[in-house]
Amino acid sequence: MIIAKLAFKNIYGAGLRTWLNAIALSFSFVAIIFLQGLYNGMNDQVEKATVEAQYAGGQYWQNDYDPYDPLTLNDAHGKIPGDLAKLVAAKKATLILIRQATIYPNGRFQSVFLKGIEPQQNILSIPTSVLTNDKESIPALIGSRMAKSAGLKVGDYITIRWRDSNGTFDANEIKIAAVMKTDVSEIDNGQFWIPIEKMREMTAMPDEATIIVLEKGSSFNAEVDHWQHKDLEFLLRDLRALFLTKSIGGSIFYIVLLLLAMLAIFNTQVLSIFRRRKEMGTLMALGMTRSKIIQLFTLEGAIHAVLAAFVAAAYGLPLLIHVARTGYGLPEASDSFGYAMGSRIFPTFTAGLVVATTLLVLIVTTIVSYLPTRKIAKLEPTDALRGKLT
Amino acid sequence: MLEENLMQTEKLVKIYPMGSSQITALDQVSLTFHAGEFAGLVGPSGSGKTTLLNILGSLDAPTSGSVEVLGRKIEGLSHREAAELRNHSIGFIFQTYNLLPVYTAYENVEFPLLLLKLPAPQRKKMVMDALDWVGLADRAGSRPSQLSGGESQRIAIARAIVKKPELVLADEPTANLDAKNSHHIMKTMVHLNESLETTFIFATHDEKVMRYLKRKISLDDGRVEKDEIINPEARK
Repeated sequence: MIIAKLAFKNIYGAGLRTWLNAIALSFSFVAIIFLQGLYNGMNDQVEKATVEAQYAGGQYWQNDYDPYDPLTLNDAHGKIPGDLAKLVAAKKATLILIRQATIYPNGRFQSVFLKGIEPQQNILSIPTSVLTNDKESIPALIGSRMAKSAGLKVGDYITIRWRDSNGTFDANEIKIAAVMKTDVSEIDNGQFWIPIEKMREMTAMPDEATIIVLEKGSSFNAEVDHWQHKDLEFLLRDLRALFLTKSIGGSIFYIVLLLLAMLAIFNTQVLSIFRRRKEMGTLMALGMTRSKIIQLFTLEGAIHAVLAAFVAAAYGLPLLIHVARTGYGLPEASDSFGYAMGSRIFPTFTAGLVVATTLLVLIVTTIVSYLPTRKIAKLEPTDALRGKLT
Repeated sequence: MLEENLMQTEKLVKIYPMGSSQITALDQVSLTFHAGEFAGLVGPSGSGKTTLLNILGSLDAPTSGSVEVLGRKIEGLSHREAAELRNHSIGFIFQTYNLLPVYTAYENVEFPLLLLKLPAPQRKKMVMDALDWVGLADRAGSRPSQLSGGESQRIAIARAIVKKPELVLADEPTANLDAKNSHHIMKTMVHLNESLETTFIFATHDEKVMRYLKRKISLDDGRVEKDEIINPEARK
């Protein structure tokens, strides 16, 4: 108790020095919480957008389908089994038929995925209803990235070539019915969405599909012949691995910030020990043991982290709440980040994040405060009283 | 009372390494101190006064020989045991007062009692008593920076005697004070020596201090040159 009282007294007595350290350390607090919250918010947003636009409540894949091997698409199609067909009929699932195709924009050729989907579906957040407007031609829905890369706009016609189920090449004109703006590049880049019935005709694959997407929250996971159930955990696996990689990269920034703050604490401690040698000698003469003096100096350092937490709360709390509400605008270039990102990120600050950050800073500060005090363990009282540091 | 053995040194030697050579600070010092003494270690700079005082106060250990303070062999004490001895039984007064700058006068005096873990009401009474003894009860709330040199040293004396230790060791207590304050300080310590029966040992070369001593031990080059009782009446 006396150590704590003395530490608080000394910290209070140090005045401006204490507050400068606390303010410097509070930047680390706020920066770590802000960046981590930003990552969390971004990840939540990306995951939500991806689930809504791509995975919904999980998928069934035709046995031959392998998203990492486009060559499997030739065989990756099959009839819809009874149980799944019932779900589709009840609008609790939707179908996607996938084939490889080639388009010829501006005299070039470009490989794309042709995806047939039910225009009336509402399982995925893709505006497929636009595909019903044109009965005469093959209407296609593309994303803004696809439109940009192929130089296409609404109303344009483009030649597309594909193989049917027998391996025979066929070609036709496709009309761009709509260009959608989506955060999920996986449903945009190199994707042409057309009505599934039209695609079945084009590919001679009646009543077939490659993927069956279950509605959000679906618990259906029965085993079905020739089809494999893929739950969200599996489908989001790659995305979450990417989050982890990105967050490790991002954490370097706040590690540097934390290091700078720790350098300030370390420096303060070293100077404090050097400046207060005589005081240490006096404390020893009054009967304080060296271990108690080490505790005192370490506690003084740790109190900086506690003060920093309060300072951070004073200005960081309103700031972070404001950012959480209004979001953080991202530049256009952030589209190349590697996954779906909105133009505004809404950081997510959880109690766990705040507590973990506070503990991290507190522990690191305590360790950094302790390191210079090891010198005291070798300090002789007579040397300390003479102002020497052995 | 005075016949009770408080401290005893036997062929005490203290050698400091100085680069490749050695400096003998104390050489075969054998002394006995009794309870209630008001004694001074006198001599020029480098004669070994402070070294002897530090060893008697368990702040330093001898190179050879033995030192017994309050029944404890100093050379055999661990750091923790030495700290405990200082905490319970020895008060220190330094030339430069060594008050803790962030504490008030009251808190400085209270500090040794906090280390002794005494209850707050008892601490308060003891601190106020000590401040009364040195005549500075009205400056209890002042910080060291607000005190004059004489006042600071009186607070340091109050801190040294607040726990009523058997022994107070004062290293050049008047060296930073003017004549008036020096006499005031010495009179205060004489009074405390007589009223509390606390043993005071000084290291000094100040003539003003020597006038108050009841025993004068002259040191030169680490050796005891002379050990004289100045006022025989003190050994009543």
